[in-house]
Amino acid sequence: MLRLLLLLAGGCVLFFVVKQLYTYLPEPVLRRLVRFWDKFFLSLTWLFAAVTVLALGFIIFHILSSGIPHLSPRLFAVNVTLGDVSMFPAIVSTVLMVVIVLAISVPLGMFTAVFLVEYMRTGSWFVTLIRSAAEILAGIPSIVYGLFGMMFFRVFLGLGFSILSGSLTMSIMMLPLIIRTTEEALKSVPDTYREGSFALGAGKLRTVFRIILPNAMPGIFAGVILAIGRVVGESAALIFTAGTILQIPSSLFDSARTLTVHMWRLSSYGQYVNETYATAVVLLLVVLSLNAVSGIIAKRFTKT
Amino acid sequence: MRYGRMRKHGLEFSMKIVFAVCACMSIVAISLIAIFLLAGGLPAIHEIGIVEFFLGQRWAPGDRYPAVPDFGVLPMIVGSIYITLGALVIGVPIGLFTAIYLAYMCPRRIYVFIKPVINLLAGIPSVVYGFFGMVVLVPIIRPFAREITGGGTGESILAASILLGIMILPVVIGISESAIRAVPESYLEGALALGASKTRSVFCVIVPAAKSGILAAVVLGVGRAVGETMAVNMVAGNQARMPTHLLRGARSLTANIVMEMPYAYGLHRDALTASGVVLLLFILIINMLFVFFVRKGR
Repeated sequence: MLRLLLLLAGGCVLFFVVKQLYTYLPEPVLRRLVRFWDKFFLSLTWLFAAVTVLALGFIIFHILSSGIPHLSPRLFAVNVTLGDVSMFPAIVSTVLMVVIVLAISVPLGMFTAVFLVEYMRTGSWFVTLIRSAAEILAGIPSIVYGLFGMMFFRVFLGLGFSILSGSLTMSIMMLPLIIRTTEEALKSVPDTYREGSFALGAGKLRTVFRIILPNAMPGIFAGVILAIGRVVGESAALIFTAGTILQIPSSLFDSARTLTVHMWRLSSYGQYVNETYATAVVLLLVVLSLNAVSGIIAKRFTKT
Repeated sequence: MRYGRMRKHGLEFSMKIVFAVCACMSIVAISLIAIFLLAGGLPAIHEIGIVEFFLGQRWAPGDRYPAVPDFGVLPMIVGSIYITLGALVIGVPIGLFTAIYLAYMCPRRIYVFIKPVINLLAGIPSVVYGFFGMVVLVPIIRPFAREITGGGTGESILAASILLGIMILPVVIGISESAIRAVPESYLEGALALGASKTRSVFCVIVPAAKSGILAAVVLGVGRAVGETMAVNMVAGNQARMPTHLLRGARSLTANIVMEMPYAYGLHRDALTASGVVLLLFILIINMLFVFFVRKGR
């Protein structure tokens, strides 16, 4: 391991030493060398771009081609026992979780952005403080959120393994995303709209809710859909908060696994490889289509 | 009339307060996370001993009488670092060259097709990546691991590195592409006017000019790789000992938490929380570096 790293470092040093020697080379050799490096870097660029597209394309293709043949009615059975492979309960709890997370994080994040953009001067210390707080929140790994959710919501507030613990944890995780997208959407509403509204005698509040938010809605909506995709795809933060029990939750205080956690559990059993592939197909299609829709909305919005 | 105005002002004021309270929530969240992690982790570090915790090479929380449990996280820290470095070695060159391709060599028709696809891939859940690694990468690596190290299942640092290298691609490509595009067109024109070929201008003028943005992309990639849990857990083998070989397993800090937390109690549990604190420290340092490079770029 260490030898490998040393080799790598040695290679880099050698490269720079050789580069320094260039100036002492005779003209024709230098010319040929430059042409060689040109070709080398150009082909490397093409190669690596192809590698990116092929690698990412292969992952999608592999999951879809191996999973679609195994999509059977058994995987969507409504009545399940513990340790079953049906993803129906997981889908129900995923939808439930998405709804709760949005109900908490969208108003919070939206109001935060409204306060930062409409009520505060840009560049004031409060804005900087909250923006850096959101940046730090965005960088915290999901497993740390899971630890925090476990200690705070599950144990300290006594919510136990429940949809609610999981949703509250995820809501904090989604805050930075909602704040940032809403902020950008609010900023893209032209100032003339605000001035027009004030000139007609509307107050700040009415201007925000009647003029600014409706005009910023597509941008906010794109962010919300992106957040749905993230909630659906999350797993590490939910294992210790929402738990891993496969059941249709009868209340918010029931433990339940989302689709992603369900897929993780299936993959760890070993004998359900085909079922895991099929679950992965469903998961992939849901997340990718959500992201695509979000991208299309954002694009259409920025164009007009 | 007067009453109405009063009420309106009251609503304006109270809604402003509501907005402000909402804005404070992210600060409250950060403080709560810091308080709870530190309150759980710091006493454990103190009890285990700072040196034993950070430099102890043995992680054996299950040992009770007659042996003593050991809580040294060095193997996990080293494991995380190796896996992250491997991911960078694979992900950064590929990502950077792809970004250069997208910014300067890609025909418009191909670009409108590739770019959204790469953005889309940022959303693939890590469990799906991990499963892909489990069923595709690990079996490919297995015979090599048997041949070279005389054993192992193929679940290895290499598998985790390749997988993470692919996973950080969208981040690295996105940020370095915008950094490269932010370099003024006149730089390229100047280089071309001096007689350099287009490839040479791009690699010797544009890329160095976009250096800080590219570094920011790398740092963000590091953040992703260090914090990634499920995918690493599924392909890295997770042996809690000092990593010995590229083709043998290692355990990352994140995998350690996710694997042992479900059954941990007492000091073991607090030690895991403490390794969460270590993780958080890593991320904070990485975030600061990111902000530093972004500022420098401006």
